Amino acid sequence: MAITLGIYYLTPLLRWDRGSSLPDQAVLIDIANRRFFFFMIEIWPHEFYFVAGLLIMAGLGLFLFTSALGRVWCGYACPQTVWTDLFILVERWIEGDRNARLRLHRQKKLDVRKVRLRLTKWVTWLLIAMATGGAWVFYFADAPTLAVDIVTGNAHPVAYTTIAVLTFTTFFFGGFAREQICIYACPWPRIQAAMMDEDTLTVGYREWRGEPRGKGKRTEDSDLGDCIDCMACVNVCPVGIDIRDGQQMECITCALCIDACDEMMEKVGKPRGLIDYLAFSDEDREREGNPPKSVWKHVFRPRTIMYTSLWSLVGVGLVVALFMRSDIEATVAPVRNPTFVTLSDGSIRNTYEVRLRNKHGEDRMFRISLKGEPDLRVQLEGTPYEAVNVPADQMKNQRVYVIAPAGSEPANGSLTDFRFWFEDTGNGDRVHKDTVFNGKGQ
Amino acid sequence: MSKPSKKFDSDPNTTGHVWDGIEEFDNPMPRWWLWVFYVTIIWGIGYVIAYPAWPGINGATKGLLGWSSRANVAAEIQSAEDKLAPINAKLEAAELTQITTDPELGPYAVSAGGAVFKTWCAQCHGSGAAGAIGYPNLLDNDWLWGGDIENIYATVKHGIRNEEDDDARYSEMPAFGDDYLEDDQIDAVVNYVMSLSGEAKDASVVAAGAEVFADECSSCHMEDGTGDRAQGAPNLADAIWLYGGDYDSIKETVTYSRYGVMPSWGNRLTEAQVRAVSAYVHQLGGGE
Repeated sequence: MAITLGIYYLTPLLRWDRGSSLPDQAVLIDIANRRFFFFMIEIWPHEFYFVAGLLIMAGLGLFLFTSALGRVWCGYACPQTVWTDLFILVERWIEGDRNARLRLHRQKKLDVRKVRLRLTKWVTWLLIAMATGGAWVFYFADAPTLAVDIVTGNAHPVAYTTIAVLTFTTFFFGGFAREQICIYACPWPRIQAAMMDEDTLTVGYREWRGEPRGKGKRTEDSDLGDCIDCMACVNVCPVGIDIRDGQQMECITCALCIDACDEMMEKVGKPRGLIDYLAFSDEDREREGNPPKSVWKHVFRPRTIMYTSLWSLVGVGLVVALFMRSDIEATVAPVRNPTFVTLSDGSIRNTYEVRLRNKHGEDRMFRISLKGEPDLRVQLEGTPYEAVNVPADQMKNQRVYVIAPAGSEPANGSLTDFRFWFEDTGNGDRVHKDTVFNGKGQ
Repeated sequence: MSKPSKKFDSDPNTTGHVWDGIEEFDNPMPRWWLWVFYVTIIWGIGYVIAYPAWPGINGATKGLLGWSSRANVAAEIQSAEDKLAPINAKLEAAELTQITTDPELGPYAVSAGGAVFKTWCAQCHGSGAAGAIGYPNLLDNDWLWGGDIENIYATVKHGIRNEEDDDARYSEMPAFGDDYLEDDQIDAVVNYVMSLSGEAKDASVVAAGAEVFADECSSCHMEDGTGDRAQGAPNLADAIWLYGGDYDSIKETVTYSRYGVMPSWGNRLTEAQVRAVSAYVHQLGGGE
């Protein structure tokens, strides 16, 4: 809980130097400028497939962990659980342990103490909720600047709306709705069942050891199992199930029942582990009195290996794509209205709309040249030079003319293939685009 | 099969209708549904009173609120114009030659001018500005009246051979075929004109044509045939022909003359629009 909360609240505060004209926030989703920054990686909108790839990896990762370790996502990483845990922690600090809380809840009279406790609790929750909403908007703008703006009332209304919505949802979901969200709103508990099998390590009840349950002394001739039916496991359960009924959709693998039961077992002098992390495929072995298979044998099985390799495949693909991509990009769109223009001296001119993307933090000059046809000549609109300046981290539209002298082969022919080269005059990096020249002979 | 279906105690009464032994339950509509229905009726009455509703011969009833979609559009257009007013004012105040290089006005003028062009100019000059027979191609580097932004602006604002505007550019080519030149003279001068742009012709005919040209044409088209922008006389020595460069087209031009007219847009467009479209045309590829 502390780890996940820490990551959430502190990430926007991390800095990362990207040069003077780019934001220095390590993780930033800059919607206004349509850029996504993640440490040294910068993603432009047309590279959104990286995000899709990450989501696929996240999905496969979830599958892997679910099939190996059961409902761990729910119990340890899901924001709903993390914030609910935090809220319950606050509740415990303010109102006392479970019995005290129950007493307070059942107390009908609204005396000063009850009002005071309730108010403190709700105000604390509200503060946490506001911090949650506040941290969320920090991912979308420079955090320190925005923090000042929010406090002084200068931030954009969208920021305040977002904070308000998230404050409300956090306050309501974490404070009041809690497991109802998991049971009624969340699709994941239902999907999860498909990923789990009898080898999955999960929180379970050793039914073969505990049953038949019953209170009372275990005598020689009694056929009672280890379960003393103290209901400790049911009482601690945050989602309100009885783990002894078997695996249930609501379970979030919080393992509170394990701790509760172990405590009881020690008190009555029985071995721990009546409720435990276990794999149900071990039932037969344990009934015969053998020890369970080792954890690794449960974890490494075709299903998990499959998930791992798929996950790695996507991951490697993304990393390769990441390193292959160039920090110059160019697209060339031949103008087809009209396909060519006859100039005064009879030469034929084609026009190309060129988009140059400079994905660096500094301004760069790009020289535009062409290859393939010695007759063709390049000319840029609005400048006598063959190079054009593209500002840092921007895209530039440049109209480029290609001219074939009168009577030359490209001018009189139909289509001539050639290649544009776009070269950074600073460091010589270059990319190319193939396109065609329309002559008048078509 | 013919056994009557079993009825339960909780079943509602029937309506009494029976068709082939099938009875109809008398299920009342759900209360909430009925209430929603009544509310929609009341709301509908209110809507008819407040908004335009009943169609009449000269249009629908107006409604008490005076709402109309046309007024909405007018308000939206007005608000858009209000937003653009400051930059339009700047555009009108700027030096013409400075517009294209100004980092703020340049891109604005080109994109606003593009919209103006596609609305008002594309009908004749084409949406890609490539022109057509009789309508100049604005992409090339050949200009009848001058291709710097000031000349383009003057052409757009006042038009060409436009009788509504006293400042319109004006010139008129005589029709030489009207008992003025003999047919063989016309044939000779056409051959000479074609030879100017490099088409090989019979030398004796060309020489005869050169004489005619020097007498009749060179005052406007200049002795070497390169034209005169002050009078809008086209360059006859280049590869670009407004009305076609083949023998028949040129002969038609010489015989009957041409009289291309362009509206004066200063009367119809705002000063800012005229400036914007001038800047747009200037950057199409032939601007000087």
